[in-house]
Amino acid sequence: MSAPLLQVEGLHVWFDLEGGGELHAVQGVDLSLAAGERLGLVGESGCGKTTTALAIMGLLPPSASVAGRILLDGEDILAGGEAAMRPHRWTDVAIVFQGAMNALNPVRRIGDQIVEALELHGRGSGAAARRKTAELLESVGIPAGRAERFPHELSGGMRQRAAIAMALSCDPKVLIADEPTTALDVMVQAQILELLDALCRDFGLALVLVTHDLPVVAQLCDLCAVMYAGEIVERGPLDLLYHSPGHPYTRMLFAASPDLAAIDEPVLSIPGAPPRLDRPIDGCPFAPRCDSVFAACSVRPPLEEIGEGHVAACHLNAAVPA
Amino acid sequence: MSAAAPPLLEVDELVVRYPVHRGIAGTLARRPRRSVHAVEGVSLSLRRGEMLALVGESGCGKTTTAQAVLRLVDPVSGAIRFEGRDLAPLGARELRPLRRRIQVVYQDPYESLDPRLRVRAAVEEPLLIHRLGGSRAERAARVAEALRRVELSPPELFLDRYPHELSGGQRQRVAIAAALVLEPDVLVADEPVSMLDVSVRAGVLNVLDGLRENGLGILMITHDLSTAVRFAQRIAVMYLGRIVEEGPAAEVVRNPQHPYTKALLSVVPRRDPRDRQRPQILRGETPDAVAVPSGCRFHPRCPLAVARCSEEDPVLARPATAPEGHRAACLLLPQA
Repeated sequence: MSAPLLQVEGLHVWFDLEGGGELHAVQGVDLSLAAGERLGLVGESGCGKTTTALAIMGLLPPSASVAGRILLDGEDILAGGEAAMRPHRWTDVAIVFQGAMNALNPVRRIGDQIVEALELHGRGSGAAARRKTAELLESVGIPAGRAERFPHELSGGMRQRAAIAMALSCDPKVLIADEPTTALDVMVQAQILELLDALCRDFGLALVLVTHDLPVVAQLCDLCAVMYAGEIVERGPLDLLYHSPGHPYTRMLFAASPDLAAIDEPVLSIPGAPPRLDRPIDGCPFAPRCDSVFAACSVRPPLEEIGEGHVAACHLNAAVPA
Repeated sequence: MSAAAPPLLEVDELVVRYPVHRGIAGTLARRPRRSVHAVEGVSLSLRRGEMLALVGESGCGKTTTAQAVLRLVDPVSGAIRFEGRDLAPLGARELRPLRRRIQVVYQDPYESLDPRLRVRAAVEEPLLIHRLGGSRAERAARVAEALRRVELSPPELFLDRYPHELSGGQRQRVAIAAALVLEPDVLVADEPVSMLDVSVRAGVLNVLDGLRENGLGILMITHDLSTAVRFAQRIAVMYLGRIVEEGPAAEVVRNPQHPYTKALLSVVPRRDPRDRQRPQILRGETPDAVAVPSGCRFHPRCPLAVARCSEEDPVLARPATAPEGHRAACLLLPQA
């Protein structure tokens, strides 16, 4: 087995709250990704998936404190602070955000923005940078002529493509895509997913797809990590997560995603809301919303191996069948 | 169907256009006035106790159609009949008593609720605006009842909260309650769950479903076919200002006739990782509604288009391959 390209070990993130107190947004996350692998990082709003992504990029705001290890090719980029992170940001790990409009500067032509990124990272300047920009735009399906356009002159799908081109400008090994298709129409979403699929296949890019949309992950990724209340509650091959989930939350999330192949099945709603993360959680954090809760759930379950490369944090897996 | 009772809501050959600003230079140069042909001859009907899903991509005219139904935009031509009475020619004063009967819920409950109003005030406000609801006590009773109908109960638990103290799903329920408090006959729901977490979407949709069962007519605007088929009785698919296919929801999804509907269905992601289909991805995006293609509007992107498609404009009709009530607008379909 190849050594992992990106490894996250025991990642914790706390945010200082105004008026005192802390919000424990990420509570001991472990992830591992080899070259060319595609991992879906899934969960509801506030589960810590975006915070995890930002921590990997070293882009958390100053109000955040971070603990744990983030290894890139075996080197801990978290321990060395910003000085250790900077050489890797964009050149080894890059991120694409949900609203491409927010990632792009509205008053600069998209081509100029990519040229600037290239120059800033010493990836060429002048005519060479222009050529590389045209290639990058071409590789994400934007005709090179559109390099002269401003972001507002492009459609949502084209803007997202431009943001992907910019993220790819320094040839990263890992691309983190945070809800890359959430604001897009289904047809444009399909175009962007097809593009991400091709980029992974053709360039061996490793992908972390952060989303709340399980069917999107199901179509694009091989691995999946499900987050709830700041921790990973299940992780493993996507096929196992769908066909033999080890956590009720995973099963219920799939059942809450309507599917055209099962139009007569009821669509499930998961009652209640995730717990607050500014206070300690007793027992299993999902227990109040779980449909299979039992006595053991008053103790927080550890993340345990339940199959090959498949871990879950649920007492049901340890329960001896009667 | 009996000819006696008209549908609750009937839209007939609706046309809505928005003028394109020429700018000072354009005006001086006397460039021709152009317009966005947002809706070009849309007809649909909605009965009591029915949800009709209007499905399509951004820019197809689905939201404009809904705004015309709400009379928030003025149609160029066509009729919008509510219980048989045409709303299109009515002025603001005549519309006022009718407005409470056609209410709307928007996509983003983070924007549609005033952050400074407690739930109590947000749900009561429409009553005050419409001078309905009688005494303070009667209004309070109506507010509580509206919250119960959206399953925010007991209402006492929610009345004094501010929007920021509610989850996304709860906010959208408050927005629905504020529409319901006026006891409307028609509810326009514009992408009511697309901003919400997947885990709570079905809860909000089930609330709408329960209201529908109790007689409300719901026009749901969505781009999500998998939600539409689960909750709507009928689906109408729009493309560039026209309805290209319409019929019973399950029938449209199981037996799609129009190439556009087929393509849209093929790109809806399936949740089973083994069920990876080859999506039929249409290139480019919906063309500009300023320069509408000749003939069939879909022909430049249609994988099946033949020469005839750029010349003839197809009409909605029942194809031989579909049952009564299922219609599509495609020249290549054999007519029944």
